[in-house]
Amino acid sequence: MSTTTAKAARPRPKHLDLSKIRLPLPGWVSIMHRVSGAGLFLAIPFLLWLLDMSLSTEIGFESLAAVLQLWWVKALLTGLVWAYMHHFCAGIRYLLLDMHKCVDLPAARTSAAVVYFVSIPLAALIAWRLFI
Amino acid sequence: MKQRIVVGAHYGFRDWLGQRATAVLMALYTILLLAVLLVAQPSDYLGWYGVFSPAWMKVATLTFLACLFYHAWVGIRDIWMDYVKPTGVRLVLQVGTIVWLVACGMWALKIFLQ
Repeated sequence: MSTTTAKAARPRPKHLDLSKIRLPLPGWVSIMHRVSGAGLFLAIPFLLWLLDMSLSTEIGFESLAAVLQLWWVKALLTGLVWAYMHHFCAGIRYLLLDMHKCVDLPAARTSAAVVYFVSIPLAALIAWRLFI
Repeated sequence: MKQRIVVGAHYGFRDWLGQRATAVLMALYTILLLAVLLVAQPSDYLGWYGVFSPAWMKVATLTFLACLFYHAWVGIRDIWMDYVKPTGVRLVLQVGTIVWLVACGMWALKIFLQ
């Protein structure tokens, strides 16, 4: 150990090859929670605009109904619905972890799977009710 | 006097707790909104407008949005802190985020109070 101060500090190993890193399921839930949060943040002005148009005048509401028929608008809103559902369900999982529930590994993996099994069907259901 | 980093110290616990508290409040509003929409089933302008015209619904919605902007601020600030190391750049991004969210807040007030 006495030679460590004499040696130059070695660069720490770094592995950032995203194509090769294999995240466990709770890891996916976690990064998707961040991604969905960031996506929702960027969408706030768009969603406020939807609210503004739809609530201010009847003409605004009608023209919005037309805009909502466009396939890419539907796709965008479906993505946002998924983002909200995932962020919501993963957030509840985080609140449970904060309260020290399901902290051990098997329970944490199960709760991560539950996040997907709840959020994806919920998102599909809401998108279906909204757009079809 | 020790140099304090202006964008990274001494407000962790308050924001951590605030993020959780606003999360719970927003979850409650989400459930409320889903219930209201399920009951009212608005299909035209009058129905949709009717959902948000009662004063209590406007207050609840504006409260939800206030929680959202604080919650989003903590989350985005965490992202900046994790990925943006240069202090000057991070300061600009954090101030920009606050301005963005405050402006959205003003817009929300306009939507529901006009």
